[in-house]
Amino acid sequence: MAEMKVVEKIMAANDQIAEQNRRLLDERGIVTVNLMASPGAGKTSLILCTVEALRGRLRVGAIEGDTASRVDADRVATAGVPVVQINTGGGCHLDAPMVRYALNRLPLDEIDLLLIENVGNLVCPAGFALGEHVNVVIASVPEGDDKPYKYPGMFSVVDAVVINKTDLLPYLDFDMVAFRELIAGLNPEARIFEVSCKTGEGIEAWADWLAGMCS
Amino acid sequence: MHELAITEDILRVAVEHAQRAGAQRITAINLVIGDLSSIVDDSVQFYFDFLSPGTLAEGAQLHFERVAARFRCRECGQEFTPQDRDWRCPRCQAVGGEVIAGKEFYVDSIEVE
Ligand SMILES: Nc1nc2c(ncn2[C@@H]2O[C@H](COP(=O)(O)OP(=O)(O)OP(=O)(O)O)[C@@H](O)[C@H]2O)c(=O)[nH]1
Ligand SMILES: [Mg+2]
Ligand SMILES: [Zn+2]
Repeated sequence: MAEMKVVEKIMAANDQIAEQNRRLLDERGIVTVNLMASPGAGKTSLILCTVEALRGRLRVGAIEGDTASRVDADRVATAGVPVVQINTGGGCHLDAPMVRYALNRLPLDEIDLLLIENVGNLVCPAGFALGEHVNVVIASVPEGDDKPYKYPGMFSVVDAVVINKTDLLPYLDFDMVAFRELIAGLNPEARIFEVSCKTGEGIEAWADWLAGMCS
Repeated sequence: MHELAITEDILRVAVEHAQRAGAQRITAINLVIGDLSSIVDDSVQFYFDFLSPGTLAEGAQLHFERVAARFRCRECGQEFTPQDRDWRCPRCQAVGGEVIAGKEFYVDSIEVE
């Protein structure tokens, strides 16, 4: 019997395909954002608001990850956005092969900014690279200000945190200062955007940030 | 849920290395898993028992070495283990820190014959 040193990162297969996806996206000049959040935090709403805010400036495409339905893809398609729905069949995250499948079905020549709605879940999506350039987590005010304590794996890897549903702040005891302090301590490079997809407040700054990356 | 995909990858890595070494059989797979990587040992074991029969790793023991989360304070450099709801540096009270351990997730070694 012998022990053999291996030291190989698990999920290397996914990472390889993610790298191919990224190369394809780079060739086409498409900036790609992986949007992650709990169920109902406002991923689809944010995509719709972003499309409106960037209309005439950037052409947005979308990939909608969902465990079962087509509801979100239909909402986005109605806004005139080229979209591919991926049903994970109960799976808790998108992976790189699923995104490759979607990229093969999108009109890449007509897209400047690709928004990927990951499956509603704050755990698994953080571990699976898709080929994206930017990782974003949406935390909504009703979920409470302690989310980073529970999901440090997610909050420590993202490039931006969007705090959605700020219109509800007056009704809830969400401590914005404490929340921002947690993010800053864990991940000081992360940009923080406070938005309301309902009133539109804060959407412009978020959309401008995305547009800045596309130029 | 995603332990299925992960276990497939663990199996692939172990079998590839064993084949390259010309081994007959894998008797153990030693994994290093950080507490922040949100992998459930039992679930990996479950899928492993399901996936491994018929491969070189059939009957292999899975060993899980767990690595606790560690932060390095961004203010004073102190290293500490964050508690559930208390991420304050024990030295200077700053909240949070750079994650220096806890995200590990790899096959460290395999035992073969
Ligand atoms: N008050 C308020 N409600 C919002 C806001 N943004 C989204 N919502 C509501 O929150 C609910 C969920 O929004 P979605 O955009 O569908 O959330 P999602 O994250 O895509 O949800 P899943 O795809 O089901 O995980 C809907 O009823 C939205 O109308 C907001 O800024 N304020
Ligand atoms: Mg949605
Ligand atoms: Zn300190």
